[in-house]
Amino acid sequence: MAETPEVDILRTPLGRARGLGSAHAGFHHWWIERVEAVALIPLTIWFVVSLLHRVGAPHQAMIDWLSSPVSMVLMLLLIGTTFHHLSLGAQTVLDDYVHQPLIKLWSVLIVKGACAVLALLCIVCVLKIGL
Amino acid sequence: MTDVGDALMIARNTEGKLVRRPLSPHLQIYRWPVTMATSILHRVTGCAVGVGTLLMTWWLVAAATSDDAFDRVQWFIGSPFGLFCLFGWTVALFYHFFNGIRHLAWDIGLGFEQQEYTLASWGVIIATAVSSVLVWIIGLVAW
Repeated sequence: MAETPEVDILRTPLGRARGLGSAHAGFHHWWIERVEAVALIPLTIWFVVSLLHRVGAPHQAMIDWLSSPVSMVLMLLLIGTTFHHLSLGAQTVLDDYVHQPLIKLWSVLIVKGACAVLALLCIVCVLKIGL
Repeated sequence: MTDVGDALMIARNTEGKLVRRPLSPHLQIYRWPVTMATSILHRVTGCAVGVGTLLMTWWLVAAATSDDAFDRVQWFIGSPFGLFCLFGWTVALFYHFFNGIRHLAWDIGLGFEQQEYTLASWGVIIATAVSSVLVWIIGLVAW
């Protein structure tokens, strides 16, 4: 048996644990990810059913579909929620598996930036098609 | 000991004595129960759905651009590789969808018994397989 270890840090066990998760923070992140997950349940069902109705449909059919205000709003909600949920999820994965701080920082920034760009691109396209 | 990370590995035993916490063995030592597979698959499918959003983006950009651009993306989706991607995306989406619901159930404290845990793992796999196949049958018949 090794000698009894000693701790020379004057902090409570909770104080020592705080901020040591791989992301160093995160209740808000966790909570928003859950709220978006719940929102995505009906939105995903709607999206899959809508696509199934339009398999192989011509371009005009899709334009007509997105021209309806309800479809457009639901599509915009789906886009915003999906890409934000994706950026939070991808960040969690990178926080957990990328250990080198600088690479972690850059990879998180790049992935989040890409999510923002793709989301904006999709939003602009939906508005352009539907308006 | 002055490093906070090292200090976390120290705890008191039932007699109140400071001891080093035992380390659990690493990944490759375990056999793979279904619960372990479904756990990591949630991340894998999440990333896969994320990659799949590129296809959705292309589809929307094409639809906003021109008939020709839209025909090109439809051609890609109809090609063998496109169908393969779309099928993979369907499976990943359904898996993440059903297992996500399971995660939400855990968040409100449900489903932690060993038996429920294993059963729900198989439930997610079966639900994913059934809904993916069903959606594709409907899609192919409609096509």
